[in-house]
Amino acid sequence: MEYLIGIQGPDFVLVAADTVAASSIIQMKHDYDKMFKLSEKILLLCVGEAGDTVQFAEYIQKNVQLYKMRNGYELSPAAAANFTRKNLADYLRSRTPYHVNLLLAGFDEADGPSLYYMDYLSALAKAPFAAHGYGAFLTLSILDRYYRPDLSRDEAVDLLKKCVEELNKRFILNLKSFSVRLIDREGIHDLERLPLPQQ
Amino acid sequence: MALFDVIVSKAPWEIRGQFFGTGPKPLVDRTSHFTFGTKTQEFSVPPSAFLKSCSDDGGVSIDMNHGTTTLAFKFRHGVIVAVDSRASAGSYIDAKEFNKVIEINPYLLGTMSGSAADCQYWERLLAKECRLYKLRNKERISVSAASKLLSNMMCAYKGMGLSVGSMICGWDKKGPGLYYVDDDGTRMSGRMFSTGSGNSYAYGVVDSGYREDLTVEEAYELGRRGIAHATHRDSYSGGVVNLYHMQEDGWIKVCKEDVSELLHKYRKGMF
Repeated sequence: MEYLIGIQGPDFVLVAADTVAASSIIQMKHDYDKMFKLSEKILLLCVGEAGDTVQFAEYIQKNVQLYKMRNGYELSPAAAANFTRKNLADYLRSRTPYHVNLLLAGFDEADGPSLYYMDYLSALAKAPFAAHGYGAFLTLSILDRYYRPDLSRDEAVDLLKKCVEELNKRFILNLKSFSVRLIDREGIHDLERLPLPQQ
Repeated sequence: MALFDVIVSKAPWEIRGQFFGTGPKPLVDRTSHFTFGTKTQEFSVPPSAFLKSCSDDGGVSIDMNHGTTTLAFKFRHGVIVAVDSRASAGSYIDAKEFNKVIEINPYLLGTMSGSAADCQYWERLLAKECRLYKLRNKERISVSAASKLLSNMMCAYKGMGLSVGSMICGWDKKGPGLYYVDDDGTRMSGRMFSTGSGNSYAYGVVDSGYREDLTVEEAYELGRRGIAHATHRDSYSGGVVNLYHMQEDGWIKVCKEDVSELLHKYRKGMF
């Protein structure tokens, strides 16, 4: 039901998530933010089982901030991704596994932009573009077809719009709005919410 | 549990394992702030195991349903909280007039849906923690913090059969606050929530009648309408509507009206 997407460009990462928080057949919130700011240039997008998402994401968020307080500098996106994976893997075979699917997007001064895909079994993969949820079945092929490593910011937003249009056209669920953010050298920027195009 | 005091050779959790089978690892053998100061483990048998034993076919079945409708919404002049009053055990009406709003303190309210016992217990524990917070920090706890405390209590027992769907409403430094807290660990802030088996009916009525600039009287009527129409359609909700209004200086109880009388009044106006 929930949808996450990330697209990496030459010097930025564009991420978007739907903004619905649902419980059985009811939309409890239409403006729910599924992105968690781990640091100035790292975002964690988290979907999955109710309760687990917030608990796990906040746990990672606080630990990343603790690292900065203890050591005086921030974790790189690669380090944060591997830290997250390790925690998810450790909990996987415990009494309380976390059923969460994640995208971690960040910008590192040294390595540039990066996007990491992680699923609830704690598999981690660095990827140029990624998506989670049923919507991914419809949109991954669009990303395969039209993605180029040298996309400009506007082209990346257009690609994202193509994906959202496809969801509106073919996806059985009505995902009305998406929160969109862009991470680059300057930090995290909020972009305009993507609305449903009127049909 | 009294026998455990007598048998000194074995640790309590080993004995428990003999009687009740291997259950979840008990909380007593590691420090955890989830115990919230309680000295004994809360549940010697996980609630889900206990409930299974109660619902044998051929005997009396005790179904734990979220048989309720509760709603709360923010508007210009505060937060309206409206609840029904039917307590059901399966298809049997346990109580006609059961107060599903817990007055945590003069500026915090909690609603109950799900298991009445669970909601009462954990929200009273929350009331204790809120009082302790005020004594330690010399200022009132915020609605956000209070709901987070309850949510953490729920997360500690996730998957063990608790049934709580609660809304924490209050007024703090940031203005009116409304949070939904669930037994699966969900915690959400919002402008309007409805919980229980009749929640969809309440959403329908309140969503279509809501405006940001409702007057106080209009908001009271909207809350009453939401519960009344939900009790009409949902057989597990009924009784009376208990209506509360959360204002800047605390909550007031607005009214308690019988649902059948309300519905009769509405029907008269229709035809």
